[in-house]
Amino acid sequence: MSGGVLAVVGYTEPWYIQILKSVVLFAIAVQIVPVVLLAERKLLGRFQHRYGPNRVGPFGMAQPLADIVKLATKEPFRPSTSIGFLYALAPVISLLTALAAFAIIPFGDVANIFGQDVGLYGLDVGIGVLYVFAFGAIAFYGLMLGGWASGSKYSFLGSMRAAAQLISYEVAMGLSLVGVLMMAGTLSLTEIVAAQEGLWYAVPQFVGFAIFVIAAFAETNRVPFDLPEADAELVAGYNTEYGGSRFAAFFFAEYVNIIVVSGIAVTIFLGGWQLPFIDPPGWVDPFVVLGKIFAFVFLFVWIRATLPRLRYDQLMSFGWKVLLPLATLNALVTAVLVVAL
Amino acid sequence: MLSGYLPAIVFVGLGAVVGITFAVLNHLFGPRRAMPHKTDPYECGLPSEVQQGFRFGISFYLIAMLFIIFDIEVILLYPVAIQLKAVGVSALIAISIFISLLVVAFVYEWRRGAMEWK
Repeated sequence: MSGGVLAVVGYTEPWYIQILKSVVLFAIAVQIVPVVLLAERKLLGRFQHRYGPNRVGPFGMAQPLADIVKLATKEPFRPSTSIGFLYALAPVISLLTALAAFAIIPFGDVANIFGQDVGLYGLDVGIGVLYVFAFGAIAFYGLMLGGWASGSKYSFLGSMRAAAQLISYEVAMGLSLVGVLMMAGTLSLTEIVAAQEGLWYAVPQFVGFAIFVIAAFAETNRVPFDLPEADAELVAGYNTEYGGSRFAAFFFAEYVNIIVVSGIAVTIFLGGWQLPFIDPPGWVDPFVVLGKIFAFVFLFVWIRATLPRLRYDQLMSFGWKVLLPLATLNALVTAVLVVAL
Repeated sequence: MLSGYLPAIVFVGLGAVVGITFAVLNHLFGPRRAMPHKTDPYECGLPSEVQQGFRFGISFYLIAMLFIIFDIEVILLYPVAIQLKAVGVSALIAISIFISLLVVAFVYEWRRGAMEWK
């Protein structure tokens, strides 16, 4: 099957099944965000010996809903120095790219649902990880335009920092995956998961895994790498001038990014839907993946509650002088071992 | 051809719908109580001196140039990495030469201080 300029797609269903499953997956992606949001606030509360949100609904479970309603009914606002169209466009770009990247995360292999074979993923495109990197690269425009079009110094500085940090750690992130690609011999995420039967790549590729996790924290602007929004110096970074529902869009996109990057880590290093020692029936697979994603999100919250923020020059030199050489070395050693063994 | 990409197109479309909904929600439900100082950019209470066209540090520009070199390196490594098992030793030699050339560039940049944040 020749794809022309497009990469080959592993398995395709009839078009109506594709649309149906995309809508379902999209709904799931949008539904996970409030859960993660609430879980983070609850956990942070517990880490700091307080309760976290517990007023709205049972155990505060309706808190994200209340937040959305509150933000949606704010006064529309934009600074007089801003560039109207770009200012409005930036959060849309952020949200759109974050959600589109979610389509690639495989929740299982091809399964038979009511007599119809359905791949439990948005699409199994042959370029795999590069699809995520592509949308991640477009997501820069969301941050950059948001900070720049606001016409405020803090926003501008925040967006410059965000851009420099994201591109620095993207190199390390890309290189950290090279080892896995050498061992698996494919870019397709479902095939990478299939190749991890028996041994997850987190074990032989532990250096790559560590680099990937660190870079993932930097790519999602999370503590200890939340320099773009370092509130002590930049107020809130690129989204200083945003309020109401547009701020909600940026916030939403940030959490979708966390889920996507967790999903990629689970797929590439933690065996996707594979479990050690037992082989559960096919319908369990999506829950295994979801469970692993939530475990990874818990790591994000745990780190946030534990570590302080880096200084900006430390952040940059760490990315370029430690992670990049280490990732290159990891790729070289893996190459030698893969060929020799 | 494009049929396999339908889920991606659906995701982008729905993502745009959700994003645009977020962008216009305040205009539909929010109150309007205009005040001249409300639209000033945030400036810690000082009178705003913001104009369009900011200056920024040259370090950011330098980082962007470094990024282009090394990101291209990563992209060129990917195809070799995937075929490494199939091709074997000759691919390993090629990859070693390629990386060693980049290591020279990397050491040069390091020694010239391109990676020091100023």
